[in-house]
Amino acid sequence: MLHALTPEEWQAVGLSLRVSFWATLVSLPFGVLAAYALARWSFRGKQILNGLIHLPLILPPVVTGYLLLLTFGRRGYVGQVLDQWFGIVLAFRWTGAALAAAVMAFPLMVRAIRLAIEAVDPRLEQAASTLGASRPWAFATITLPMILPGIVAGAILAFAKAMGEFGATITFVSNIPGQTQTLPSAIYAFLQVPGGEAQAFRLVLVAVAVAMGALFLSEWISRAIARRISGQ
Amino acid sequence: MTLEVSLGHRFAGFTLDVAFQAPAGVTVLFGRSGSGKSTVVNAVAGLLRPERGRIAVSGSVVLDTDAGVMLPPHRRRMGYVFQDGRLFPHLTVRQNLLYGRWFAPQGARGAEFDRVVALLGIGPLLDRRPGALSGGEKQRVAIGRAILSDPRLLLMDEPLAALDEARKAEILPYLERLRDEVNLPILYVSHSMAEVARLATTIVVLEAGRVAACGPAAEVLSDPGAAPALGLREAGAVLTARMATQEDDGLSRVDTSAGPLWLPRIEAPPGAPIRLRIMAQDVMIATRRPEGISALNILPATVADLRMGEGPGALVRLRAGEDLLIARITRRSATALALRPGAPVFAVLKAVSVARENVGGGL
Repeated sequence: MLHALTPEEWQAVGLSLRVSFWATLVSLPFGVLAAYALARWSFRGKQILNGLIHLPLILPPVVTGYLLLLTFGRRGYVGQVLDQWFGIVLAFRWTGAALAAAVMAFPLMVRAIRLAIEAVDPRLEQAASTLGASRPWAFATITLPMILPGIVAGAILAFAKAMGEFGATITFVSNIPGQTQTLPSAIYAFLQVPGGEAQAFRLVLVAVAVAMGALFLSEWISRAIARRISGQ
Repeated sequence: MTLEVSLGHRFAGFTLDVAFQAPAGVTVLFGRSGSGKSTVVNAVAGLLRPERGRIAVSGSVVLDTDAGVMLPPHRRRMGYVFQDGRLFPHLTVRQNLLYGRWFAPQGARGAEFDRVVALLGIGPLLDRRPGALSGGEKQRVAIGRAILSDPRLLLMDEPLAALDEARKAEILPYLERLRDEVNLPILYVSHSMAEVARLATTIVVLEAGRVAACGPAAEVLSDPGAAPALGLREAGAVLTARMATQEDDGLSRVDTSAGPLWLPRIEAPPGAPIRLRIMAQDVMIATRRPEGISALNILPATVADLRMGEGPGALVRLRAGEDLLIARITRRSATALALRPGAPVFAVLKAVSVARENVGGGL
C-alpha cells in the first residue's frame, strides 16, 4: 500500500513527522517545568496558569489558530518583534505549524508529566537536600529519573496529537503543499477534490499506523523504564 | 559545646520556644508526640524556617535570624535519618550510600565506605534495590547514607519507631557502635525510654514546645523534677559500671563507684564499661543496712533530692558514690524514715538490668 504513495503524499507525511518531532522536542522542557510548577509549587496565579495551559484543550481549534495568527502573525505583537529583530516568520511556514501543534498538544503533555511528578514522594527531594544536593540537583538526580516514564508517555502523546492537529494549523498557517500541508490537511484537501477518496484513504491508513505505532512505543518504553527504576 | 540550639516559632495553636546546648555524643530529644521534637530536628536540618533562632554546630553557625544567616539544607551538612528511611527507590543500595559523596566538599574527612558498610553490616545488600530490603535493612542503609555524606551532625528522627521489637534489637547495637566508634555528634528524637537509657549522653526533655529538663543523661534520668515529664512508670536511673569478675555460681560482679553489684552472667571482658539501668520502682530505701534479706545488691548512699508527688508517691534522688539513683517510694515511707537531703541511707536494688540487653530481674 505504502509504495503507492505519490511524492506529494510522501511530502505531507514527511512534513507532519518533522512538525510533530520539533513541536514535541521544543515544548518538552517547558512541559516538564510547567508540570513541576503545577505539581509542587504554590504561587499566586497558579490556577490562571493551569487554565491557560488547558485552554487549547477546550477552545475550538479554529479559535486557537486565530489567536495564534493574531499574536504570531506578521502584524501580531509577538510576530512583529520576531520578524523585525530576529527575522523569524512563523505564519504560513512549517515552523508555524510546529508552534500550532505544540500549543495544541501542550495540555496533554503537561497532564501526563504532572501525574508522574505527583506520584513521586516530595520528601525524597528533601532527603536529597540533607545529603548536599541543591534543588536543581535533587530534581535532576531523584525526581527526573523517577518520572521518566511519565515524560516519555507525555512526549509520545503530544507527538500523536501533533500528528493529528488540523484546525489550529490550517487557520494559522493555511494549507500550502510542501510548506504547511500536514497529513490531516492533505487528507482534507483530497476530500475536497472529486475522485480524491482513494488518495485520502491511503493517508488515513498512514495516520492510523503512525498513531498505533506511537501508542505501542510509548507503552513499551514506559514499561522498560518503570522496570529499570523499580528494580524488580 | 558541640551543639547550640535556640528556636522560636509559632504554629496555629502551638508555640515552640526552646534553647539548649549539648556536648559531643548522643543528645536525645525526648517528649510525647506533639511536644515539638521533630520541629526542632527539621529546623536544625533546614527543612523548616523558624521565625527566630540560632543554631550552631561545632562553632559553625547554620542559622542566626538576628544576623540574617539561614543556610539552605544542602549547605548545612546535616545527615538526616528519617523515620521512614526515604531511600531513593531507583538507585541501588551502593548508589544510595554514595549519593551524598557527590556533594561533599572537596578534601572533606569522608568516612571510609568500607568501614561504614562493615559497621552497619550491609555489605551483602550493596547491589540490591531498596524495594527488596526489609525494614531493618532499609534503616541501616539510611544510617549509612547519612554518615557517608560526611555530616557535621547526624539527625535521627525516631529511626526505630516504624520497626518491630526484633528489628529494633537488630539496629540498636549499630547505633551504640556509631556513638562509641564514629566520633560524630548525634541529635536523636525518641519517645522510648529504653532507647534513651541505652543511647543518651545528654537528654533534652520537651513538653508542649518548651524544654522541661536538659542535662547529662545520668542527671536528668535521676532528677525527681524531670520524672513526671519522662513518665513516672518508666522512671529509672542509668549508671556506668565496670565489668569485674565472673563468679562460680553464674553471677557476674560489676563495680560501681559506690560498690560492687552482682548480676546474672554478662558476657564482657574484665574492665569493659557496662551501662546499667535501675528502675525507680525497683529501689527500696533503708536507713540502716538491712540484714537477713534476699536482695544481693545494696549500696550506701545519701539523699540528694526529694520530691513529694501529688498523690501518695514520692521520688527520691540518691547519690551513691559518683553515681545517681532514683527511688519511687510512698510519701508515708518518706515521712516515716525522715528522709531529707544529706541523710545517709542504703539503697536496696530489687532489680538491675543491663541497658544493652535488658537482662536481669529479681535478685
